[in-house]
Amino acid sequence: METGLSILIGLFFTVSVYLMLSKELVRMLLGIAILGNAVNLLIFTAGRLTREVPPLIPEELYTPAVQTANPLPQALVLTAIVISFSFLAFLLVLAFRAYQELGTDDANEMRVAEPADEQAPPQGY
Amino acid sequence: MTPAAIDTTILAVLAPFAAAVVAPFATKIFKHNAAWILALVPAWIFYHFAGYIGPVSHGETFTPAVEWAPSYGINLSFYIDGLSTLFALLISGIGTFIILYAGGYLNGHPQQGRFFSFLFLFMGAMLGLVTGNNLITLFIFWELTSITSFLLIGFDHLRAASRRAALQALVVTGGGGLSLLAAFILIIGATGEIEMSVLLSSPDVIKNSGLYLPIFILVLGGAFTKSAQFPFHFWLPNAMEAPTPVSAFLHSATMVKAGVYLLMRMHPLLGDTELWTTVLPIFGGVTLLVGTILAVRQTDLKLMLAYTTVASLGLLVMLVGTSWEKALEGAVLYLLAHSLFKGALFMVAGIIDHETGTRDVTKLGGLRGAMPITFAAACLAALSMSGLPPFIGFIAKEVLYEGTWEMGAGSLLVTGTAVLGNSLMLVIAAAVAIKPFFGPAVETPKHAHEGPVLLFAGPLVLSLAGFAAAFFAHQTGELFIGPMLSSLTGQSAHVDLHLIPGYISAPLILSVLTVALGVVLYLQLARLRALVASVLAAIGWGPDKGFDQFVAGIVSLSAAVTRLVQGGKMQTYMMLTFGVTAAAVLVPAFLNDGLPSMPAMPDYAFYEWGILGMAFLGLIAVLVAKTRLTAIVSLGIQGFAVALIFMLFGAPDLSFTQFMVETLSVVILALVMTRLNLSPRDHRPAGAALVTGAISAGVGAGIALTLMAITQQPFDSRLSDFFTAYSRTIAHGRNIVNVIIVDFRGFDTLGEIAVVVLAGLCVLALIRVRTKPEVKVDEDASAEALAKRVEAS
Amino acid sequence: MRTIIFRTIAPYLAALMILFSVFVLLRGHNEPGGGFIGGLIAASALAIYGIACGVASVRRAIVFHPMSISAFGLFIAVLAGLPSLLLKQSYMTSQWLSFRFFDVNVDLSTPMLFDIGVYFVVVGSIASIALALEERESD
Repeated sequence: METGLSILIGLFFTVSVYLMLSKELVRMLLGIAILGNAVNLLIFTAGRLTREVPPLIPEELYTPAVQTANPLPQALVLTAIVISFSFLAFLLVLAFRAYQELGTDDANEMRVAEPADEQAPPQGY
Repeated sequence: MTPAAIDTTILAVLAPFAAAVVAPFATKIFKHNAAWILALVPAWIFYHFAGYIGPVSHGETFTPAVEWAPSYGINLSFYIDGLSTLFALLISGIGTFIILYAGGYLNGHPQQGRFFSFLFLFMGAMLGLVTGNNLITLFIFWELTSITSFLLIGFDHLRAASRRAALQALVVTGGGGLSLLAAFILIIGATGEIEMSVLLSSPDVIKNSGLYLPIFILVLGGAFTKSAQFPFHFWLPNAMEAPTPVSAFLHSATMVKAGVYLLMRMHPLLGDTELWTTVLPIFGGVTLLVGTILAVRQTDLKLMLAYTTVASLGLLVMLVGTSWEKALEGAVLYLLAHSLFKGALFMVAGIIDHETGTRDVTKLGGLRGAMPITFAAACLAALSMSGLPPFIGFIAKEVLYEGTWEMGAGSLLVTGTAVLGNSLMLVIAAAVAIKPFFGPAVETPKHAHEGPVLLFAGPLVLSLAGFAAAFFAHQTGELFIGPMLSSLTGQSAHVDLHLIPGYISAPLILSVLTVALGVVLYLQLARLRALVASVLAAIGWGPDKGFDQFVAGIVSLSAAVTRLVQGGKMQTYMMLTFGVTAAAVLVPAFLNDGLPSMPAMPDYAFYEWGILGMAFLGLIAVLVAKTRLTAIVSLGIQGFAVALIFMLFGAPDLSFTQFMVETLSVVILALVMTRLNLSPRDHRPAGAALVTGAISAGVGAGIALTLMAITQQPFDSRLSDFFTAYSRTIAHGRNIVNVIIVDFRGFDTLGEIAVVVLAGLCVLALIRVRTKPEVKVDEDASAEALAKRVEAS
Repeated sequence: MRTIIFRTIAPYLAALMILFSVFVLLRGHNEPGGGFIGGLIAASALAIYGIACGVASVRRAIVFHPMSISAFGLFIAVLAGLPSLLLKQSYMTSQWLSFRFFDVNVDLSTPMLFDIGVYFVVVGSIASIALALEERESD
């Protein structure tokens, strides 16, 4: 059952990495958004899949009567979804501000920290 | 010694570090007179170690210790025997006068407090080094002396020459320290022991282990760099850039002797092998000759002394290298004598420099009238250095000649080297101590007069000590030289010294020969100097120049490497990162047979296929989208598909959360992107697209294959079972996922919501922040304001 | 976006969503739901209200700055761990208090308080981000 999802997750990663490797900021952001989903699905699937039985305990029992879905990756992924969203929002604003300040959306032209014509280090003492 | 007194030793070793903290404040209050108070610290240490002289001369040893990091076997443990006692006495005794001298020498210097502080730090490190018992603490103190000497040499850090000399000393001696660390680790590995005292109790363990050769080479790496042996000698003369108190302390009596100390300390463990008695005399002898010859070339007082220090260290290494008991006795005696006279002479050179404004020997003369006390100290010290009676230098020379003469194989070569070296030493002693004081008075940059008591106390006491040690030769031998020699040979040694040789013997004749040769050479000094200069000019390259080339090469290399790996192109970084990721996932899987077995066709229902297909289409649509809006909507589609997948596989919580987040994502993406004037179209050329496509496909395939391989393994469900079993029984909750989040793993969640808060804050800050227009600062006005503030305070 | 119909129903929709978000938050311990989901629903409600009626009216409606709400949530979450310290148990050990109130079993607990903290953190932060981005449309 996990096989199909594994292939799909591989596709998620492929698309995400391909987008991140472009030099336009917008495409990078799209790639990062997809990467979040890819990783969440990866964790979810690695905890094995169980169809349609959520990890809930019936009112009258103390432990579930049947085998339920694995609750642990769900707990991990739940917080991860919210955090990756906050992170995406932050990157979005960062990209937007960078575009405003530098006037370009080409990551290769954003060279404030590492200017292209950087001088060689001094040789003296 | 009472146990309490022994424990006080630990305090005594650490006391200089406390003094280093106090020194700047004391200097602020008492100005240069703080030296009188501060000198009490080393004086007390001297007094404390003097208490060990009696017990140690009876062959006792002490090992005070406190725990430091006992789980690693690293303790602050100390080993007090003849060798460490004499060294500790020299360090604290000379240190006392150096502190006084520094008080006079840097009188009025704005950073005098800092200078005292550095001196004390060094003193503490040096004491820790010579008394250290635990190999690792010994190494730490060793490196600490390198670091503090870096600070001291570079004290005048506004001059490039100082900075260069400091860096050079640090690189050479610090590098040697690393070699020493490797040696210690090998020793610990080979013997399982970390305490020097334990190692010394079974001295043949290392010699018999297979690691003797590497240990030997690495120990020499540490000792030769620290003690400035050829070809590492070049840093020592350059270190004369330091203020003279530093030269007098570090570069005569203490730090440069650390290497000799190490060789002496390790002598029972490593010495008396064929390798030892071959390698050490060769390096020591070459250093002796190179040092004296280069000293002749110099006209600067301090440089002349520095090169003779190199030579003396070479002599010491040569003598230790013979492993012949009488020669070792000579080494111990010479070490004591050298510390006394060289410290004194450096201070004399400093006084001359301080009071006349120059230390070029060709521009000095006739000072004996103006500076009578300094002149007296210089004479006494120079006579000791020349090896003339009645000084300790004379006894040392007699004993060492006796040793080298009798030792058998190689005796003639070693003795000849020693005679030549000593006669050249006499030449320098005469040039330093006689030339500036005799002859007609010469006009100097400053009007020459006697220095204050703070300055001349040190050289006078040290040179008198050289005389006293000789006058009480018998006691010197019994109390100091004998115990120290025992530490070197590993068995109790008896030393009987006499000032006046009882009969005419080979050593005496050799002494006369030395003096005669020295006098002849001194008369030819100018010609000799020209000869050495022309030879050096003909060679045109030395290790000192080599160091510059080395540093320049390192800088160019690192610049080139940086340019290569950090070219400033985001895309390159990303490609590297993901390329390595793909390789890291794929290559081990292929090599170690970690690939999954061929999976069966998944048995999904039609609606499940539908949802997977929807995710697939969403992804492809994002990839090929031609407008921003299409891209955002397609992103939403794949997000909702993920939410549906969560729903299918029993995760309603995730599904709801994912729905909400995808909705919000689409909203904020739309909000931002409508204002970003950007196109999401892909502009990369076909070739680049192929490469990046291959990398991303590699990452995707690698992760898919790994995930398949993982899920084909049996699942370890212990943790999940625990949560399922106890969710209701202890945590009173029926939604297991929620119970994990808020109860079982609540602390994690706390961290995660803190991250969410931070992200919110950052977004707010980023939106609010505006690049301010350049504010023009009126520099004159601000300088005035600063000056006013300084005045006000 | 500011059609008359949308603007008219937006306040009611937002109010309903916030009510629903509280319901989701409180049932979270036993049924699907919880602070994260509830917080996201409430934040979406504020975002919708902001798109429809302008950010200024949202800010007026919620009185406090959204980041203050978020920080308050974090404060509550930290506070929820403290009672166990009084009982000499390790930090964040859950404490329960059950009583009957008009024939209904009421369970009060520190994990619930913690979940409420999570709710406020998520509402505050996400709403702050969304509102800040919406606001920039006007300048």
